[in-house]
Amino acid sequence: MIPELGHFAVILALTVALAQGILPLIGAQRGIASLTAIARPAAVMQFLLIALAFIALTAAFLSSDFSVLNVWQNSHTDKPLLYKVSGVWGNHEGSLLLWVLILALFGAAVATLGNNLPTVLRTRVIAIQGLIGVGFLLLLVFLSNPFERVFPVPAQGNGLNPLLQDPGLAFHPPFLYIGYVGFSIAFSFAVAALIEGKVDAAWARWVRPWTLASWTALTIGIAMGSWWAYYELGWGGWWFWDPVENASFMPWLLGTALLHSAIVVEKRDSLKAWTVLLAILTFSFSLLGTFIVRSGVLTSVHAFATDPERGVFILAFLVVAIGGSLALYAWRAPALKGGGIFAPVSREGALVLNNLLLVAATSTVFIGTMYPLFLDAISGEKVTVGPPFFTATFVPLMVPLLAVMAIGPMMPWKRADLAGTLSRLKIAAALTVAVALVTLYLSGVDQILAVLGMALGAWLIFGAATDIAERTKLFRISIGESFRRARNLPRSAWGGAIAHAGLGVAILGMTGTLSWETEQLQIMRPGDRVEIAGYELEFDGVEPVTGPNYDAVRGTFRIYRNGNLIDVMRPETRRFSDPPMVTTEAAIRPHNFGDLYAVVGESNGDGGYATRIYHKPMINWLWIGTLVMAAGGLVSLTDRRLRVGAPARRAATASPDLRAQQRAT
Amino acid sequence: MRLRYLIPVLGFVVLFIGLAVGLTLKPREIPSALIGRPVPVFDLAPVKGRSIGLSTADLKLGTPVLVNVFASWCVPCRQEHPLFMELARTTDFKIYGLNQRDEPDDAARWLDAFGDPYGRTGADISGRTSIDWGVYGVPETFVVDGNGCIQYKHISVLTREILEAEILPRLRGEKHVPCEG
Repeated sequence: MIPELGHFAVILALTVALAQGILPLIGAQRGIASLTAIARPAAVMQFLLIALAFIALTAAFLSSDFSVLNVWQNSHTDKPLLYKVSGVWGNHEGSLLLWVLILALFGAAVATLGNNLPTVLRTRVIAIQGLIGVGFLLLLVFLSNPFERVFPVPAQGNGLNPLLQDPGLAFHPPFLYIGYVGFSIAFSFAVAALIEGKVDAAWARWVRPWTLASWTALTIGIAMGSWWAYYELGWGGWWFWDPVENASFMPWLLGTALLHSAIVVEKRDSLKAWTVLLAILTFSFSLLGTFIVRSGVLTSVHAFATDPERGVFILAFLVVAIGGSLALYAWRAPALKGGGIFAPVSREGALVLNNLLLVAATSTVFIGTMYPLFLDAISGEKVTVGPPFFTATFVPLMVPLLAVMAIGPMMPWKRADLAGTLSRLKIAAALTVAVALVTLYLSGVDQILAVLGMALGAWLIFGAATDIAERTKLFRISIGESFRRARNLPRSAWGGAIAHAGLGVAILGMTGTLSWETEQLQIMRPGDRVEIAGYELEFDGVEPVTGPNYDAVRGTFRIYRNGNLIDVMRPETRRFSDPPMVTTEAAIRPHNFGDLYAVVGESNGDGGYATRIYHKPMINWLWIGTLVMAAGGLVSLTDRRLRVGAPARRAATASPDLRAQQRAT
Repeated sequence: MRLRYLIPVLGFVVLFIGLAVGLTLKPREIPSALIGRPVPVFDLAPVKGRSIGLSTADLKLGTPVLVNVFASWCVPCRQEHPLFMELARTTDFKIYGLNQRDEPDDAARWLDAFGDPYGRTGADISGRTSIDWGVYGVPETFVVDGNGCIQYKHISVLTREILEAEILPRLRGEKHVPCEG
């Protein structure tokens, strides 16, 4: 009964989305108030219906209702509660339901929070959001029904892929989707602006909080996925340039570019057509990512089961959404009149450079991801593009970007004095050179890339600190006065500096772990010792353990430093039976700026075990850095100019028709 | 309408054509095109520090062999590597390694660190031979019969299940596919 309610709710949501997508657009075009009035209640209704469906599917997973095909295929009664819940989105159909839920949530958010938007613009944004919803709901209802029943009812489920049974990965998809789907709002705003033929500072101010929120969520989502790969896959890597990873990384890069170009539209009334194009492209790459992951055009190590029929549907949807919006762009964008002019050396100029480099970087990732497919399509030749390609193309684009990143925020709008700006950064530059020299001294000339990486990371951090110091006139006026200025700085200035410094910290982490990682791979017997990075690890043997839905072999390592026992590490190899699979649970201990990382592997048959022990210097800086970046996004989101008059404050006073609507459901 | 505003939509048209053709290709069905075909003609020097190379003639010596395409930069290769080590330790089957687009020093260090299960290795530094083999993504694993005829191909990480269900029977000469010429 409950699954049927869910199924019914999804079908109703599709019809509501159709009404939400079509009628208000006509209303806005012809000025028919009765039709435009449909937009807001329809958006809220669509969200409530999809939420109902989502609750129904979650209930089926929690009660292990194996009469539902999806639950039978992906769950098991022995599975811990957390993974019963995460099992809802750990499969194609359920993750699509989560996708449309978030899409509808964003649509409903614009409907309920967007009181300060001009009615026509708001109506069009909600309608376009509805049309995107139609596309995904069609896919859900006709090709990916999560509520399909099986008969006779199986007694036990197949279980969730054990690799996905992990707290880190349980919450990775929701964050990723909030990021992906959140960009749909920027897309809807862009398309609405093209229909109206008007982009102004107010438009940019409305787009920015949505883009910021999405960007922040996507940052967290990508970091979680990378963290999961680090500790779960058992080889200590954190980024593989896998097509699925690239699919999430490309919207992030473009979203970053969009965040920055929207600033120029808002402050300087310039780069309008470009910003609209970026907003379209950012969401287009989110859609393209969906296509890559779900259609099976590219084989990937961690894609869901793929289906060519869905591929055809998603491709058709891409044509309508991306092709349609870009055609609209070609038609309408020439009418968007640019405003402020600026010299090449200026804040605007720096932001244009930022955009060019980020778009170029996105292109290299895109080419690397799609090249095998295209070559195959043209000539039938088959090639692989491995990490060497990405290292050789992506990294050189990042170096100038990072170098300019510390300078850009210090430049004034319109026209900047480069020498003057650089002279204000001389303390930061001196500190950066000091970091480079210390690195050079400690690691030698053959580690020149390490020196470059550490210098760039330090440059970003010191540059961000200088930015704040300059704005607060630190040491030039009294400390108390500086403190007062710091409190009154716009939150977006703080957010930007924090995010830039966060990237610096992450770069230091990447450089440290790539340059100074050490590893020991060997067969160990109980009592054997191995030395790594100044630690001694004694292997104590293994013991069998039984988990809730797996059997495991647990190894014990005693860690000694200068002869003193300081810690014990217990890595596991888990053997799941439903479905049959072995996973490694690395033991990870943070010590002295780095991680000790131990994995116990196969037995060699006479008492020895294959063990892998790594020392990963500074790897935690990578995660901390990304969290700091996300924190910067959140701080910027609390900026007064985004808050005042905008969203939250007026949320309490929903319009009467809306309240009636909510009471009715 | 100015032409430069058309560039994005034209770019998308190109992308669309590529994706549409891509959908009809179905990479998972690539194996069928190669199975029952003779191995391509090639002759490769061994990975640095090893003495025996790999060529077409080495695959026509009468006994079935396993050819594993690997690279030091390929992370999933590390995952499947213990399986090859185990196979080399516990059986007499011949396992040959095709090292794709690798730095000679990296490949040598990788084999030293994780163990070398390969009776022969071929260093395909340019990637040319791998393309002739139709390698789509590293790692890939082929079974070749004693006459140089490809019997089976597995894309991505080799699992114990695939090894036992598909690979071992073919190495024993079962499920044989005759060569088309």
